[in-house]
Amino acid sequence: MTDYKKIRYKDKILGNVTNLLIPLISIVLSILIGGLIIMGMGINPILAYTSLLEGAIGSKNAIAETLVKTTPLILTGLCFAFAFRCGLINIGAEGQLYMGAFLSVVAGIYLVGLPGYIHIPLALFAGFLGGGLWGLLTGWLKVRFGANEIITTVMFNYLAIYWVSFLVSGPLKEPPGNFPHSAQVALTAQLPRILEGTRLHLGLLVALLAVLLYYIFLWRTSRGYEVRVVGQNLNAAKYAGMTPEINIMLIMFIAGGMGGLAGANEILGIQKRLLETLSPGYGFDGIAVALLGLNSPIGIVLGAVLFGMLRSGGNMMQMSAGVPIAIIYVVQAMVIIFVVSGQMIKPANRTKVRILLDKIMHHAKS
Amino acid sequence: MLSDNSFIPIITNFLGTDLRTATPILLAAIGLIFMARSGIVNIGAEGMMLIGALAGAAGSYYLGSAWLGLLTAMLFGGLIGLLFAYLVVTIKASQVVIGAAINILGLGLTTAFARIIFGINTAPPEISSFQIVPIPFLSQIPIIGPALFNQYILVYLTLLLVPLTYIVIYKTPIGLNIRAVGEHPKAADTLGVNVFRVRYGAIIFGSVLCGAAGAFLSLALLNFFTEDMVTGRGFIALAAVIFGKWNPLGVLGAALLFGAGDALQFRLQALDTSIPYQFFLMIPYLLTVAALAGFVGKATPPAATGKPYIKA
Repeated sequence: MTDYKKIRYKDKILGNVTNLLIPLISIVLSILIGGLIIMGMGINPILAYTSLLEGAIGSKNAIAETLVKTTPLILTGLCFAFAFRCGLINIGAEGQLYMGAFLSVVAGIYLVGLPGYIHIPLALFAGFLGGGLWGLLTGWLKVRFGANEIITTVMFNYLAIYWVSFLVSGPLKEPPGNFPHSAQVALTAQLPRILEGTRLHLGLLVALLAVLLYYIFLWRTSRGYEVRVVGQNLNAAKYAGMTPEINIMLIMFIAGGMGGLAGANEILGIQKRLLETLSPGYGFDGIAVALLGLNSPIGIVLGAVLFGMLRSGGNMMQMSAGVPIAIIYVVQAMVIIFVVSGQMIKPANRTKVRILLDKIMHHAKS
Repeated sequence: MLSDNSFIPIITNFLGTDLRTATPILLAAIGLIFMARSGIVNIGAEGMMLIGALAGAAGSYYLGSAWLGLLTAMLFGGLIGLLFAYLVVTIKASQVVIGAAINILGLGLTTAFARIIFGINTAPPEISSFQIVPIPFLSQIPIIGPALFNQYILVYLTLLLVPLTYIVIYKTPIGLNIRAVGEHPKAADTLGVNVFRVRYGAIIFGSVLCGAAGAFLSLALLNFFTEDMVTGRGFIALAAVIFGKWNPLGVLGAALLFGAGDALQFRLQALDTSIPYQFFLMIPYLLTVAALAGFVGKATPPAATGKPYIKA
């Protein structure tokens, strides 16, 4: 190996180590702070966290439930990360999820007489389209009128949630109409279970497939390269003859589509019908998932598993230790704060680590 | 058809409600003006208002006075502002990402602690809240009197803050420093302005106002704390700052417009119509999007917006 290659190799390893270290340290610190707050509530944090772990991975069913929660989190994580990679802040995953759920329910109920292998992909696609168009609309508002997407995506969350609330108490309400929810989607549109005796469904594979597509699109296609450049430097992209306007709309469409797919998965795999309380906040969790995973494909999956554990274990913690499940939001916020701050102090540390490593190598040689 | 003599009370009533619903948006937006003028984008206003709302209700609950509740809310707003300032000014982390984290933090802390403080299944406890204080004589003026001068003291104070903010920002050395730091921090630094100190000050003062805005929700507009009660007003305040072009007078107009959306929504819900209530609830959000998209024209934020200052 030439010296140059050696240095590059060493740099790559170091980069990967620090990339892993920052999220890991952040998680530990956040959990500690969460523990302090739990103590402040007068509850034993050890008891709280053991019940959380038991609820998250204590049994076959617990693990399956964790993965059930992981599924939408992967997709809402992708939803945020896709836009973030391209310099856009999409806080609209929750609304995009609801719009995806809406169209997938329409496809699931009204398309009848299809075999499952056609009906399921169609209903999933409808979900993608629902979220995608909702995202596209905010992208268009930005490109055409300069409307800040951070604010419009938040406003669109409320619009989508009220729209679904209207649908399930109005046009889509299941007859005779005693409850505010829609009818069930056709059996042919329901995602099959993939682990016997649990609620784990095929949606997990759909989410993993989406991660693969995320990777391929951004790192293996020229359009993906273009949108990443637009994200990093708008002026450079314009100078190079790229059209940021089209890319912004395309990205908001795909990002929204990921959120929509999260909604479709929830409908076709778990709820089977449209409800007002479809999501406990998966859209907002996606922000933390993406930032913890440093917007990388593998990072997003791992982040989603962690927050899936917090969601499924959090229920158990609330029941047996009396800690409000909302505490997991505090942990999420702390994780974001530590990861982002950690990245800011990374370059200095990296040099320090390298100097240390060089010294060790030097000693080893002599 | 509305007859002539019922029309005027409706206008008065609507104006009064508008002013009340505009106040929390305006109060937070004035706080955001100070931050924005110093080059700081704070999308965490929503979370800061939530923390203010709970701190206000809890302060009033424990200390027995709405004013002490308001002080508690301002104190907690300032503390969360200090955290925000440390992260974005000193550590230089992304303002938008930290803002998003503050929102999540606010939601988590308030939801968890509201249950601890007030219990889960009980009816909302009695807390002492703000009362409407009519101003003698002025409140007797026809039409606008009862709307403008029959309000909470916090409404009067917030309205007073508008010209005060205008004077501070455009006519005082402090304001000049804030604007210089927001437009060209390096030049300001060269001229001896302490960029970090100005930004810390702007952020903490702005966050105190966001906390107060939250307290107005829980101690005046609604009289108790409910989970996630800010419902987008922090973002609407941010939109009001952009729509008002970073100018206190423009922001007042924007806040009154967005408040009118809220007031209209309340009013229409009370009417017996066949239109589903969800569409009324959508009005404030639709109005905000329409304002951002349609009428904003060329809105240019301060030049150094969102960029951390790295001292050479």
